[in-house]
Amino acid sequence: MKEPLRKSVLAVGPFHPLQEEMEFFQLTVEGEKVTDINVRLSYNHRGIEKLSETLQFDQVPYLVSRVCGICSASHPLAYVQAVEEIAAVKPPERALYVRTIINELERIHSHLLWVGLAGHFIGYDTVFMWAWKYREPVLDLLEEITGNRNNYGNVKVGGCREDIPDELKPKILQELDQIEKKTEMLTKAVLDDPVLHARLKGVGILKKEDGIKYAVTGPTARGSGIAIDVRHDDPYAAYADLDWKVISQPEGDVFAKAVVRLLETFESIKMVRQALAKLPKGPVAVDVKEIPPGEGCGHAEAPRGETFHYVRSDGGNRPVRHKIRAPSYVNVPSFKASCIGADIADVTLTLAAVDPCYSCTERIAVVDGHNAVIHDDEELLRLSREKTARIRKDLGAPEMKLEGL
Amino acid sequence: MQQNELDRQLSQIRDRLTGIDRKADNRIFLPCESEHVYEVCRFLFSELGLRFVISTGIDAQDCFEVLHHFSDDESGCVVTVKAFIRDREVPELDSITPLIPGAEWIEREMHDLLGIRFRNHPNLQRLILADDWPEGVYPLRKEVQT
Repeated sequence: MKEPLRKSVLAVGPFHPLQEEMEFFQLTVEGEKVTDINVRLSYNHRGIEKLSETLQFDQVPYLVSRVCGICSASHPLAYVQAVEEIAAVKPPERALYVRTIINELERIHSHLLWVGLAGHFIGYDTVFMWAWKYREPVLDLLEEITGNRNNYGNVKVGGCREDIPDELKPKILQELDQIEKKTEMLTKAVLDDPVLHARLKGVGILKKEDGIKYAVTGPTARGSGIAIDVRHDDPYAAYADLDWKVISQPEGDVFAKAVVRLLETFESIKMVRQALAKLPKGPVAVDVKEIPPGEGCGHAEAPRGETFHYVRSDGGNRPVRHKIRAPSYVNVPSFKASCIGADIADVTLTLAAVDPCYSCTERIAVVDGHNAVIHDDEELLRLSREKTARIRKDLGAPEMKLEGL
Repeated sequence: MQQNELDRQLSQIRDRLTGIDRKADNRIFLPCESEHVYEVCRFLFSELGLRFVISTGIDAQDCFEVLHHFSDDESGCVVTVKAFIRDREVPELDSITPLIPGAEWIEREMHDLLGIRFRNHPNLQRLILADDWPEGVYPLRKEVQT
């Protein structure tokens, strides 16, 4: 009897080597087209929500800053905001500004990290090298302020642990000037490059109505014309005092998401400058004696979108329930809308465009059940890069020039 | 939507709720019995156009609570629908995934961790727990020690 034709399954995952999260995508493919997607996650579930119930309110920020190394400022911030809501505590003005500065520096380094990796996946390794080089000084600044390059552990219920010393201000401003210049150069290179236009436009489109159905947030939403941003909509820290704008693009493709992140980096630089100039005098923390019974919701705009924390207290010294929602939890399932019908060569990139998933490509394996053809991550990376090279050749475009290095 | 406009809209579904609690400036909690949860969420999502944020499942000792958090991004208000599931033996709740595909994962997660079954869920398979995790052990319940 003839064996029935089986579906080809493209397995993406299960390990996510660069971020502290593991995901496993099984894409059903027909030839080069993706026809369905199934997701399995939680291979490395750390039970942080349960763990949080065993810690005291003031210990939890250090736990939640380890939810994600790259977003290690926004998680504790969302948590302390929820607890401050329960206890009706208002941190001092200066603490709000220090929180803003640290969170915006985090956004700058995270967006530069993404730009680098996106470049890497389409075969622009120069972009990768330079973007990561420009990211370094941001981490150095964070280290000087908080003592750590990541996992800053700088917010606590009632304020901040470490202040920004006034003598550090000139150095921060000087570094920001440099970062701004380099980011400008990178942005110009991306926006003016005909190859990138051809390679990224129209790829991995997430339509606005799909974005709403899948409840996406952050640059994934803003790249699809959904102009939401917690910093603007429900201002926390010192965002209401600063002059900045929400960046959004209507197209919903990879290019739109890249543009959103690059332009946001400038807004962040602007915000840090303003916050430093306005930095009020005074203490950075108030004493919080006890947390009364109650419940609170805290949310903050992390580089990848809204980070949401729900905390319930029974009047004891530990939360009885602490729910954490990282932005990727709602952004990742939107692949169901953006990957179906796409080429395999574009999947790596579409995954990368949402940001949590660029590292999935390191572990991609294509298994063709019928012919038992196996592609590994290198093969897929090659497919993606070849497509870029093909476009470059078709356009007769020269190698991208990065000037003023 | 302005705050008073939101309050006015919410009063339309007052008979489905057991209260409307404004716990902070921008935080509204809408407690309701489990049979009304789908209708309340449909009203918030489809008619008021609020954004679904996430859900929280809680083992509250005498009952289970499922909190569906929504956000009105125009006013920045977080609106939380709080459904009480009184039957601890066979906890069940209507799924909101047919309405909001973005809720698929979190309902599967609550099914895994608290043992709440979501009626009409299109794909109530394990999400968080490993394949070899024993049946009937729900890690987020209070009787399970860390």
